[in-house]
Amino acid sequence: MARTATTTDVFAAVAEPRRREILELLAPGEQPVNEVARLLHLTQPQASKHLRVLKEVGLVHVREAGQQRFYSVNGRALEPIHAWSSRFEAYWNDRFDRLDDLLEELKSRKEEGDPP
Amino acid sequence: MSTTATATTTTTTPTIANPTNRRRAVITIVSDTEVRITREFDAPARLVFAASTRPEHMARWYGCSEMKMFACEIDLRPGGAYHWALRSADGSEHHFRGVYKTVQAPTHMVYTEAYLLGDTWTNDAVNDVTMEERDGKTLLTVRLIYASKADRDGHLGSGMENGMHETHARLDGLLAELARAEA
Repeated sequence: MARTATTTDVFAAVAEPRRREILELLAPGEQPVNEVARLLHLTQPQASKHLRVLKEVGLVHVREAGQQRFYSVNGRALEPIHAWSSRFEAYWNDRFDRLDDLLEELKSRKEEGDPP
Repeated sequence: MSTTATATTTTTTPTIANPTNRRRAVITIVSDTEVRITREFDAPARLVFAASTRPEHMARWYGCSEMKMFACEIDLRPGGAYHWALRSADGSEHHFRGVYKTVQAPTHMVYTEAYLLGDTWTNDAVNDVTMEERDGKTLLTVRLIYASKADRDGHLGSGMENGMHETHARLDGLLAELARAEA
């Protein structure tokens, strides 16, 4: 059976909102699958399925300890997404910085009695 | 689930012209179909509104460091259309168009937005913009609302295929925060 895009691409893997919630949940530290399921109100098979997808694209690490498997975020795999979203943030911040400058100019114009 | 991507700076020092401590935009993923951007400005709402609706003002700030706004036509009334266009250094053009649905100066406007991708326009997204003034400062909130999750994901995909067009990268800032936390 052909692999779906979801399991081969980091961007596609995180397009699924539940998987983003899982990454957010795991960001502070590792969790076992049953905790992921409980905290996100998923069934254990649902949580396992999402974690498997995240593991396949390298977004999470697994550590086995006895009967339990602990999952944690692999920050390095997030770097391409980080670079991309940083550009979005940078774009808006850059744009708003220029709006700041324009507003200062408009304020001083107003003080000069020249309404914008 | 709502997640905040970027913490605002809590600096309350009054800003002066060309402040060095810039405020930061806060980008929030509100839902599968909504992204919210907020930013405070040290100016009354009527100036923020004017800066966001008058072509001569828009052209000054609405581009980015790599792209300049070279066309800006605005018919500012409910049902009125607009067309904005940016040009990057390599000469490529980026066109946006839409229709104003709500115009309530100086506190609220709603308009549709489509982006020219190749030779077809994307589905309309709705941009709901509010300006809340308090003590001479104005909190600008831009809500980007998509018709469907598929539209948002489509934007995500097209951004990647086209070298991540900054103007249309609808992202998950959450992930930037995660990456920083892990870095």
